[in-house]
Amino acid sequence: MAAYEPQSSPVLVVPPHRRGRRSSLRSWRRRDQLIYLLAWSAGIALCLIAAAIVVFLAAQGLRYLDPKLLVTSPSASVDQSHSGGILDPIEGTLTLAVLGTLIATPIAVATAVWVIEYGRPRWLARIVETSIELIAGTPDIVIAIFGLAVFQLGILAPFSFRSSAGGVYGRSFLAAGIMVSLVALPLTYTATRNGLRAIPRHLREASYALGKTRITTIRRVLLPSLRADIATGATLGLGRIIGSTAIVVVLLGATLQNSPENGVPLLGFLRGTGSTLPSYILNNSPAGEGNAPQKAYAAAFVLMLMILALNWVVGRISRAGAAAGLYAGRVAR
Amino acid sequence: MLARLRKPWTDRRAERTLGAVACLTALAIVLMVVFVAQRAWPTFSHDGLSWLGSGGSLDNQIGSMQSTSATPPASAYFLRAWPLIYGTILTAGFAVFFGLAISLLTAIFIVDFAPPPLARLMTPVIRLLASVPSVVYGLIGVLVLVPFVGNHLISAGEKESVVNVIQLTGAGLLVSVVILTVMITPIMTALITDALASVPRSWHEGAVALGLNPLRATLAVSIRAIRPAIIAAAGLATARAIGEAIMLSMVSGGKAFAPNFADGPIVLFEPLRTVAAEIVEQVDGLSAPALRSSIYAFAALLLFSGFMLSLASHLARLPLRKYELSS
Repeated sequence: MAAYEPQSSPVLVVPPHRRGRRSSLRSWRRRDQLIYLLAWSAGIALCLIAAAIVVFLAAQGLRYLDPKLLVTSPSASVDQSHSGGILDPIEGTLTLAVLGTLIATPIAVATAVWVIEYGRPRWLARIVETSIELIAGTPDIVIAIFGLAVFQLGILAPFSFRSSAGGVYGRSFLAAGIMVSLVALPLTYTATRNGLRAIPRHLREASYALGKTRITTIRRVLLPSLRADIATGATLGLGRIIGSTAIVVVLLGATLQNSPENGVPLLGFLRGTGSTLPSYILNNSPAGEGNAPQKAYAAAFVLMLMILALNWVVGRISRAGAAAGLYAGRVAR
Repeated sequence: MLARLRKPWTDRRAERTLGAVACLTALAIVLMVVFVAQRAWPTFSHDGLSWLGSGGSLDNQIGSMQSTSATPPASAYFLRAWPLIYGTILTAGFAVFFGLAISLLTAIFIVDFAPPPLARLMTPVIRLLASVPSVVYGLIGVLVLVPFVGNHLISAGEKESVVNVIQLTGAGLLVSVVILTVMITPIMTALITDALASVPRSWHEGAVALGLNPLRATLAVSIRAIRPAIIAAAGLATARAIGEAIMLSMVSGGKAFAPNFADGPIVLFEPLRTVAAEIVEQVDGLSAPALRSSIYAFAALLLFSGFMLSLASHLARLPLRKYELSS
């Protein structure tokens, strides 16, 4: 591993040493003591909320999650013992995650590299940066409904399928995957950009001095030392994709089972509609049609396991980066 | 062809290719504005901007849009969306207000007071809270908090008093604001903690040397220095709160009602609907032209407010560069 592994901590940076001096707390004014107390309780409260969510979902999940649920497809039934399992939503979640990440990561990395390493003309680079900020600030539901408008265009019929009446349906794994990549894009972009910014100038200059071109420098020097940042960004994006509900409800159809289109096997699957764990949870919550809280809890438990695993990976990567890195790169979002 | 690709890229070609990819993001934004505006146009042309105002029952207006034919008369586009906008402002406003207080205190706690092991623990905790999907928050809300509020906090007499207008089930303003606060607090906390940790230690130490206690020094020097970052964090959190759709459609009650503060404490339990949640609820009705146009008008409103908040956050962050603090 290169010595210049940039470190990135995706959420927050814990300062090296604290400043508090509790010994003098008694001499503080009443109001300050109150604020001190509130600060402690706010921090503890967040820990407790996080613990409560995890423990509650684990308890409910372990109660209702039958291993059989994981390998059976859901089916429509009023009787909960016959309404099947969550195989299709799990498949759908994994498909969408792979699709979204495969689309978002190269675009995000290429964009970050261009903005930082080339960035000419300056105004265009600024527009690109602003666009990414705007995409990050756009609500998921707006992205979803925009995607529906796009993929219902006649010429984009290959991405989904035509309904019997002849209109383009506009809902498919491909459509949802492309739109959901917009959700992951800003996260991967920010992580890559901050990693690039943290790489010292002299590394690039050393490479140029050896007669390497910019693109060779990027490929042989910069990208290898960016691996941790790109992985962090992609994992953060993956987490957002797995949890995104609005886009799935609007653009994947949120059907009970994954229903491939006829034709080529894999492509047919991608052109068909389906469901993911979030849409399954929504449908089985009291707010949805299924109203089967036990199934919803089981699916939520599986979903949270995935999210926790991704969080663990992010933590691992950034800690590995911290061990090897010389400086603290920061990721704003 | 393939042989050409395998050769090392020239710098010029790489620059052009990467630049073209980068422009895709700008293209996405332009397309988004164009598509949403075009689909929303009928509502704007029939109602002007008065659809943002109040008048009549929104649920009835939406209901009558669903039943119109493929070529609806101009009257079918009648829409007064104020209850949705009011609901959005109310939930987002309260959530950002409480969330800001909590995240400021938490940031001070992490940077100044927490023992190192606890401070290290806060990173994964906040990352976890930020990454719980909104549908899971909604599920906990609708299965745990809503029944709790409905059974224990609302008395039968209170339910009786408004039974002709709305049903108080527990789903409503209180649960919406509580969950929304939990959802947006981690984002703000992360941003504010980052900024606070990047304030030079010597500034704080200088203030302590002048006789301030550590907390006063933080409030007077560090917090003041990162005010732009705080405003920017609040802006981003507001954007998140306004755009939250799934969770709010699950726990905010089934009616586009405008909670009325004249009702006294019951207002906490009154149902409401936000703009984003209404889009989710009505998305199946896209085949009715009048309703489709209204839904895209809601999307246009969200898009516009999102852009404005991004712009505001960006402008607010500019002064930070002066001190070379974290942006």
